Amino acid sequence: MKKLRMAIFDFACCEGCQLQIVNMEEGLLDLLDIVEPVEWREAISDQSEEYDLAFVEGSITREEDEQRLKDIRQRARILVALGACAVNGGVNRLKNAPDMDEVRRCVYGNSATMPHLATAPTKAVGEVVKVDFEVRGCPMSRREFTYIVRCLAAATTPVVPTYPVCVECKLRETVCRYEFNEVCLGVVTRAGCNAPCPAGGQWCYGCRGLVDDPNVNGAKDIMDKYGKTVADLRSRMELFNSVEARQCQGQ
Amino acid sequence: MTINVHHVTRIEGHGNIRLQATDGRVEKVLWQVPEAPRFFEAMLRGRSWQDVQTVVSRICGICSFAHSLASIKATEAALGLTVSQQTDQLRQLAFGGEQLESHVLHVGYLVAPDLAGVKSVVPLVSSHPEVVKAVIRAHRLGNEWMELLGGRRTHPVSFRPGGFGKLPTEKELGDLKGRLMNVVQDLKLIAATVTSLAGKLPAFERPTEYVALTSPGCYTFYHGQIGSTDTPDTVAVERFEEIANEHVVAQSTAKWARWHRESYAVGALSRFKLNHAWLHPLATTTARDLGLTPACCNPYMNSVAQVVESVEVVEAALELIDQLLTRGIKAEPLRPVRPKAGTGVGAVEAPRGTLFHRYTYDDHGVCTAANVCIPTNQNHANIQKDFEALLPEVIDEEEPRVRLLFEMLVRAYDPCVSCSSH
Ligand code: SF4
Ligand code: SF4
Ligand code: SF4
Ligand SMILES: [Fe+2]
Repeated sequence: MKKLRMAIFDFACCEGCQLQIVNMEEGLLDLLDIVEPVEWREAISDQSEEYDLAFVEGSITREEDEQRLKDIRQRARILVALGACAVNGGVNRLKNAPDMDEVRRCVYGNSATMPHLATAPTKAVGEVVKVDFEVRGCPMSRREFTYIVRCLAAATTPVVPTYPVCVECKLRETVCRYEFNEVCLGVVTRAGCNAPCPAGGQWCYGCRGLVDDPNVNGAKDIMDKYGKTVADLRSRMELFNSVEARQCQGQ
Repeated sequence: MTINVHHVTRIEGHGNIRLQATDGRVEKVLWQVPEAPRFFEAMLRGRSWQDVQTVVSRICGICSFAHSLASIKATEAALGLTVSQQTDQLRQLAFGGEQLESHVLHVGYLVAPDLAGVKSVVPLVSSHPEVVKAVIRAHRLGNEWMELLGGRRTHPVSFRPGGFGKLPTEKELGDLKGRLMNVVQDLKLIAATVTSLAGKLPAFERPTEYVALTSPGCYTFYHGQIGSTDTPDTVAVERFEEIANEHVVAQSTAKWARWHRESYAVGALSRFKLNHAWLHPLATTTARDLGLTPACCNPYMNSVAQVVESVEVVEAALELIDQLLTRGIKAEPLRPVRPKAGTGVGAVEAPRGTLFHRYTYDDHGVCTAANVCIPTNQNHANIQKDFEALLPEVIDEEEPRVRLLFEMLVRAYDPCVSCSSH
């Protein structure tokens, strides 16, 4: 079988998803049997003109980056959005405010009007170009990444869970964070990560995005049972799902 | 000679090298940072004290423990929370894992290819199999060490203001101790290999101001005040804005810093110069074998100092685990927190240098203002000054060689560029 020519690109983000690829250690060497990295600035000093498989990490926040992304799309047979920043804008969306000049001033003070500091509201990769597949999470899971790459190499369609994180969390027999009087988004967040955050002693903050049809009423029952309000849920939901958080304003 | 490296490879984030010279006369020498700025300080406004660490951890995937720990210290300072000795020691232990993971990644995967004359670590798998295996083992141990204490290897979840959301068991700490003792052999092999290749590091010296946290008696990563090779006085971390003097320049979306001179350096070499007296025995021997001395002003030697620190954090961790196991791990559930208005600073030594976070909270515990000052911000001006000193020294060499020397110089700082344009 011919190896897939793979490239990895990053836009505004923490590069933590790329790091998960490095963190596969020997698993990465196994993956090199089916893919050949031809462009990956962080790890190798090569560049290429075309790719079978382009992974794009990060959010799009500038005009010039939209151009760079469109160029990548043209060279790529399959384009995969890597991690929350690329899939839905991730935490970067928190900066989106009606007044972007004020956001610039907040960080750069009197220098804020210098042209190289220009910024636009954060976009996900899919808001600029067509995305063929997504690897969700912040950071993405190494297991899911490997699975998706293997599927693509075998020309099959990856299947990822659409049920909520609570399902995986209960299977692990983690004590529910609501028992600690904390607000957990596992009730409305897509599974697939195996619920590492509650198991590690924190709530789920929704980094994989919301389930397709979030059962806000189901969440509300839990809120009532533990004396929390949907408003508590909403402020935490803003971290990785600010668009949906605003939509559930009225409920 | 015209050299334009548009996006230096094998570094975190986007940086460009621009050099131009005619007839031995320097016309342009620039370290440019075009990375998209992300505006984290603006994002933090309106966030609950409970969610701030979750957000700032995303400043950097490679040093998310450093950001998380500095963040939690700042929030604790602002809310007036104190932590137990057990919490303090477990955090220090966790942080050692990140130093090891990050340093081994940098030296083994990003710098080693230059020393061996190849473009990535991949060819080294067949040319230097034993040391590559040692690098992989040490890197994986760093990661699993972080996962045990932080709940996850990138963007930890177990660190909480006031304590831990989940504690390691005594058995898990005992197992970690065994694995740490085993990794010493791997680190010795890595150090020996670096020693044999150290001759490939350019002999370039440019004295500058070196800054790091310092805490007498301890090679510190987690506590201490701001120290500098330019002054015997230390400065409280709460005054970090006065020493960093962050400012904006046209060639960089990341801010620059300066203290006593036009620029200063942070990172492993600075820590070594200020705190070498308190290294553990094996780390001290490793430094000697590698030819690293406190007088060293060669920025390329930062990678060598990282090797020394990799040994140091393992020795320090073994000591911490012994102390924790002797006292026994106590449950210590998190206590309820009543938010109050206040401001607080947290500082740590990230793998790449001193990191500061400052937050102000209102009386509901909602963040109203934040300031984050990152190691690579503090190094950018120093990289530029190194560039200016290096180019005249190498101007007569072949272009590919000059290009390599400049790329290697940037890599030596282990810059976290997207982190610095937070
Ligand atoms: S999704 Fe998270 S881990 Fe991945 S690049 Fe974005 S911030 Fe980093
Ligand atoms: S801790 Fe969160 S994810 Fe787990 S069961 Fe409770 S609500 Fe669901
Ligand atoms: S538990 Fe929630 S926050 Fe944690 S990785 Fe899964 S989806 Fe993301
Ligand atoms: Fe900042």
